[in-house]
Formats: sequence, C-alpha cells, structure tokens
Amino acid sequence: MPAETLPFHLTIGSRFENIELVQAVLSDALSAYDMDDESRHWVDLAVREAVANAIKHGNRLEPEKRVEIDLELTGTELVVRVRDQGEGFDPETLNDPLAPENRLRPNGRGIFYMQKFMDEIDYDFQPGRGTEVTLRKRLGKD
Amino acid sequence: MRVNVRQREGVTILDLKGKITIGLGDVALRDAIHQALDAGATKILVNLQDVSTIDSSGVGELVSAYTTVTNRGGKLKLLNLPPKVADILQITQLITVFDVFDDEDEALRSF
Repeated sequence: MPAETLPFHLTIGSRFENIELVQAVLSDALSAYDMDDESRHWVDLAVREAVANAIKHGNRLEPEKRVEIDLELTGTELVVRVRDQGEGFDPETLNDPLAPENRLRPNGRGIFYMQKFMDEIDYDFQPGRGTEVTLRKRLGKD
Repeated sequence: MRVNVRQREGVTILDLKGKITIGLGDVALRDAIHQALDAGATKILVNLQDVSTIDSSGVGELVSAYTTVTNRGGKLKLLNLPPKVADILQITQLITVFDVFDDEDEALRSF
C-alpha cells in the first residue's frame, strides 16, 4: 500500500452527469490501494451521495454553481471533502429515514447511507456560505 | 440504465440493466412505471438482476413506484436482487416492504 498519494482536486458544474467524472477520479485514486470490491462500492456510493446532495440541495441544480471536491489519500485513510455554493444546510433538521412515518418517503436517505458506509462524516455548515461535508474512511479494513 | 419491458401471464416485467442513480436511472425507472400504468398494467415485476448500482434516489424511486402502483390497486414486486441492492434496501429497512423473489416463475404465481 502506498504511504501517501498526492491529493486530487475537482471542480464541477452542478449537473448530475458530472457525478460520473468524480467517480472515475475516485476509482483511479483508489486503484493503488488494496481495497476489496465491496468496500470500494460503498465508498463510491457515499461520495456519489455527497456530490448529488451538493448539486441538488446545495446548488439547487443551478449549473453555473460549482461543486468542489477534494480527495486526499494517506496510507491509512481516505478523506473526501465536498463543498457547494448553496444557502447552507443544517443536518440537524433531517428526518430519521427508519421512523415508521418516513419509511415510505421517496427521499431523505442519502445522508443516512453516507453515515453507514463511511467511518466518519462531518458538516461545516455556514448559513449563506454553502456546506462542506467531509467523509472519512479508514483504509485496509472494513 | 436500460429498461426492457415484457409480458408473461398477465404480469408486466421490467428488466432493468445498469445504474439506478440520480438524474438518469431514477428517471428511466419512473418513466417505465408510468408507461406501464398508462398501458393498464396492474401487476408489475421489477427484475433488478443486472443493476450494478442503486443510490438513494434510485431507492426513493423504487419506493415511489411501490406506493404509486399500490395506491392504484395494483401490485409491484421485485425479482433477483443483487446482493448490494439487497443490502441497501436492508439498511433502510425497506426489504420487508417489498415482496422479493429469486425465481421468476414463483414470482409470477404469487400475483
């Protein structure tokens, strides 16, 4: 396993098709690591959810607004930061997708999945200054 | 994502292939369900065998499809869940909401 990999930085417009670009870069970055296919699938999905949230809920699908993605790999950890240019987002306002009254709602599961598939998630939420979510996954273990 | 529609024994079967993800696959699934309903389908079997990835939007679209079909008096069931799709439905406790089958003939008999 490499001790350290140079960080990746991506800036994308707020279009869903750009998520595939992020996935391609992430896949390339992780290819040097001995991560099993299943773990990689769930990391891919968590990052997909974070970028989709930034595009849809942060930047509200305004294509000229940017989403900034930073990928940093150390020998022991993957860190992904996703920033949008939205109005800001308070994760405390989320509904519990497992509550019976929410079970059949069509939305509200993305952050829950991110929390399940990564080791740590932090939000930097500033009203009017967008949202930055940081996803962390330890490498070399489930 | 690609959707192939076929009929067997009065059941509309949607064979999905690819990613059910935000912006593309979820919209294709929604369109396929609405087209089936507009064509008069009341029994819909969604075959997920060749689905490689599903995200929260795809899951939401499956839930919407289920509630839409059910509210119209129809039935929607799932066939051949790949392990990762089953896992993601399990995590959000949706696996018990759907009738899920591993055998197409058995699924058809259940309607």
